[in-house]
Amino acid sequence: MMAEGIFIYLAAAIVILSVLVITRSNPVHSMITMLVLFFHIAALYVTLNAEFLAAIQVIVYAGAILVLFLFVVLLLNLKEEMVARRYIGPWPLGVLAALGLLVVIVLSLKSFIPGPSGVFTTEVVRAETNTKVLGQILFTEYLYPFEVVSMILLVAIIGAIVLAKKRLRN
Amino acid sequence: MNFLEAAMQPGSVDFLYNIAIIVIKILVVFGVIMLHVAYATYFERKTIGHMQVRLGPMRVGPHGLLQPIADGIKLFFKEDIIPAQSDKPVFFVAPVISLVAALTSLAVIPFFDGFVIADINVGLLFVLAMSSLGSYGIILAGWSSNSKYSFLGGLRSAAQIISYEIAMGLSLVGVMMLSGSMNLTEIVKAQEHYPLGMFLFPQLIACFVYTISVIAETNRAPFDLPEAESELVAGYFVEYSGMRYGLFFIAEYTAMIIMASIGIVCFLGGWNGPFEIPYVPFAWFFLKLYLLIFVYYWIRATLPRYRYDHLMDLGWKVLIPLALLNIVVTGIVKVLL
Amino acid sequence: MKILTEMPDVTALMPEIVMTCLALVLLMLDLFIRRKEITALLAIVIAAVVGFFLTGSSGTAFSGMFISDGYSSFFKLIFLVSLVLSVLISIRYIKIESVNFGEYYSLMLFSTLGMMLMASAGDIIVLYLGLELMALSLYVLAGFLRHDTKSNEASLKYFLLGAFASAFLLYGTSMIYGLTGTTNLKAIAHYLAANGVAHNPAVMLSVILFVVAFGFKIAAAPFHMWAPDVYEGAPTSVTAFMSVGPKAAGFAVFGRVFLTAFGGLQVDWAGILIPLAILTMAVGNILAISQTNIKRMLAYSSIAHAGYALIGLIAGGGNGVASMMNYLFIYAFMNIGAFGVVIMLRTEGFKGEEITDYEGLAKSHPLAAALMLVFMFSLTGIPPTAGFVGKFYLFMAAVAEGYTWLALVAVIFSAISAYFYLRIVMYMYMKEPKAEVALSTSAPHGIALAVATCAVLLIGVLPSGIIELARAAVAGF
Repeated sequence: MMAEGIFIYLAAAIVILSVLVITRSNPVHSMITMLVLFFHIAALYVTLNAEFLAAIQVIVYAGAILVLFLFVVLLLNLKEEMVARRYIGPWPLGVLAALGLLVVIVLSLKSFIPGPSGVFTTEVVRAETNTKVLGQILFTEYLYPFEVVSMILLVAIIGAIVLAKKRLRN
Repeated sequence: MNFLEAAMQPGSVDFLYNIAIIVIKILVVFGVIMLHVAYATYFERKTIGHMQVRLGPMRVGPHGLLQPIADGIKLFFKEDIIPAQSDKPVFFVAPVISLVAALTSLAVIPFFDGFVIADINVGLLFVLAMSSLGSYGIILAGWSSNSKYSFLGGLRSAAQIISYEIAMGLSLVGVMMLSGSMNLTEIVKAQEHYPLGMFLFPQLIACFVYTISVIAETNRAPFDLPEAESELVAGYFVEYSGMRYGLFFIAEYTAMIIMASIGIVCFLGGWNGPFEIPYVPFAWFFLKLYLLIFVYYWIRATLPRYRYDHLMDLGWKVLIPLALLNIVVTGIVKVLL
Repeated sequence: MKILTEMPDVTALMPEIVMTCLALVLLMLDLFIRRKEITALLAIVIAAVVGFFLTGSSGTAFSGMFISDGYSSFFKLIFLVSLVLSVLISIRYIKIESVNFGEYYSLMLFSTLGMMLMASAGDIIVLYLGLELMALSLYVLAGFLRHDTKSNEASLKYFLLGAFASAFLLYGTSMIYGLTGTTNLKAIAHYLAANGVAHNPAVMLSVILFVVAFGFKIAAAPFHMWAPDVYEGAPTSVTAFMSVGPKAAGFAVFGRVFLTAFGGLQVDWAGILIPLAILTMAVGNILAISQTNIKRMLAYSSIAHAGYALIGLIAGGGNGVASMMNYLFIYAFMNIGAFGVVIMLRTEGFKGEEITDYEGLAKSHPLAAALMLVFMFSLTGIPPTAGFVGKFYLFMAAVAEGYTWLALVAVIFSAISAYFYLRIVMYMYMKEPKAEVALSTSAPHGIALAVATCAVLLIGVLPSGIIELARAAVAGF
């Protein structure tokens, strides 16, 4: 009962905060809302016995990425940003499409049958701790995707350097 | 997690009992640490005073012992000035973020065997997560004050904290590898078989990187560029006054104590010492803490301030590669042995 | 030593491993290479080496996450061919645009690596990661002309819409994972068949989400919006590259996921893909008519071609898939060839991207005009070019599977496409030159165009070889 209550609170808060993030006219206020949003997502991970993910969520998203966002936002001319129109073109159409998608999703999820659970049940994860289980599976079963991710990160670094640092000849 | 599990048992007496225990622990830790924060300022002024052949505070109480109390009362009753063009909600919330980020970490630090408010599995990551949030308080304070000095201070601080947090996090990976856990109590216990009951010697490079990163992370001299008074007046909190300024002050000193505590837990063997002191299980922990706090002041009194680009170079080009090297070496040694 | 005995078997993965290592070496070597032509040459050598390793690779690795079979090898061949051709036509071009950096070639190699991982993916997680690796490199390449706002816009637009598409892919994945408890494509198919949940609406939702995600990647309407702007803004050599390789990679995963994981649902997803294919052909061919910029026109043309290739997938079965692969292979040559000619018109101080720039090209530069003629004929599908062969087999496969009306629709749209392709030819041959148009030529560029032309003509005359290869490739699917 309590678990459901917590989930409902977190889910509702995440949705509401997400909407707030994109509707604030002041980008800095958006950022702060987003910070709170990330905390709620982290809390959601905690209720799922994924405390490692929760910590990483805060460290990476709130601690690093969002600070960099904030950094960029602070360098903008906020007075101009705040009067700029935030919605382009026919946004009611977009809302309509989103609502349509929502209806489709809700309708099809009504007949959703969860699949079989694997080796790592909640009990196993709780006994072994989330971090250990994640490390083990990441470096054995999912070694190949893990290595591919390293390539993606490398490309991201190269890309950032190429786009930001390369001196143009003329 | 344990806490949540416990809290979810409806109607049990244990539930209320647990809550009561936790609340008492929180109050004790909070009280003790606040007292330490207050006297850390006194300790600082005295230490630096003597290093510069002065006496430091002498007027309030014997040897100025009541000085921190007087300072606190003064700050509390001072007028709270809010800049006219500031972004008020952000201006109000910034010092609170700073303080909360600093104080929350106290929950996972084991002061002695069995005494920790929340003994969570990812304690070390929790501390890293909370310390990374400290930069929000600073950067938002700098921005919302609507002043060039504080804005520059905020930007400097954000860049500095992000850069040094990477080095700090990486330096702790070696500790995690050796102890096989991120639970701080487990980390302390894992050190018992090592020389002097510490990870200091097997993780010498990591300890070095950690020490430097921590000084930068807490914005202490010689890395106190965000509040470099000669360039930026007082940096990000130049527009703050009264108790709001006090909150930043408390946050900074709490962060110092926390970072020193993590250093003790991860490298200096936590509450263990060369011999057991009866009836005061936390004695060694606090002795080590005072020593490390003294090192902070010693460094401040000795070294001149860094230039900003040197600071960034040091972080990215020296400390991070060193920390990575340490991880590789630790991994290889651990596999071979 | 415990570690060494536990090394997973990676023999099937050799081409990718070689590619990764050599691309990293190239990235390092580039620091010491002054003349970037050498970097380009090394990139081609790397492609050749990978091609060599490709011939010996087959089997699965990492418990079915990586599949190397005829299907994947054929697609990898397309990727390598498009990589080599794109590198060849880039050498002179990026110098003219004064972005002659070695990272350009490294990023192309990484992008190709991502495509190869996609083609070999036996697991949705790997598929997604390969897709991201490919796309991330392309986002950077699209914005390579930093001083050009159009290029910046292209990069950002591609990135935002690509990320949006990725979200659909992940949502579809989470749905199917929740239903079946696995992300392995074969295991999904097995579970769906064994437990009778194949016709659960949630499965259909997941299928739709996958269609959206892959539709973005292959630029099928109505998910094509990014294509014209990105193709126009990106450096032309990159446009050539990403109109072929990533599109083929998109089709590779399209085929892999829909024929493996959702193989039992063919009737259902064909019902979704048919309107999509028709819409794609209509949008591509009709909107291309009104374009004045040749890169935009080719962008719409590439949308239309995605529509044709979808027919092969809809037809399904060995024949349909083989004809789709065959078509993509041919498309690589003719499209990069066409872009090669477009690039030739780009000289210092002259963009050469307007269709009117081609007026009277036959008089001033008869050879370039003749090459463009060949590629335009091929894109239209006029015999004896390869484009005809490709379309012929696609439509035959559709007819054989009972989609005669769909083939007819495609033929009608093909006829419409003749209007804008042949308009270029008309401009080149029947109009007087407006102004003196100089061409920027170079030896590598010449080689690329020669190879593309020969391939287009040769396959057009003697199609049996490539058809057989595609059929053999599908046989083991």
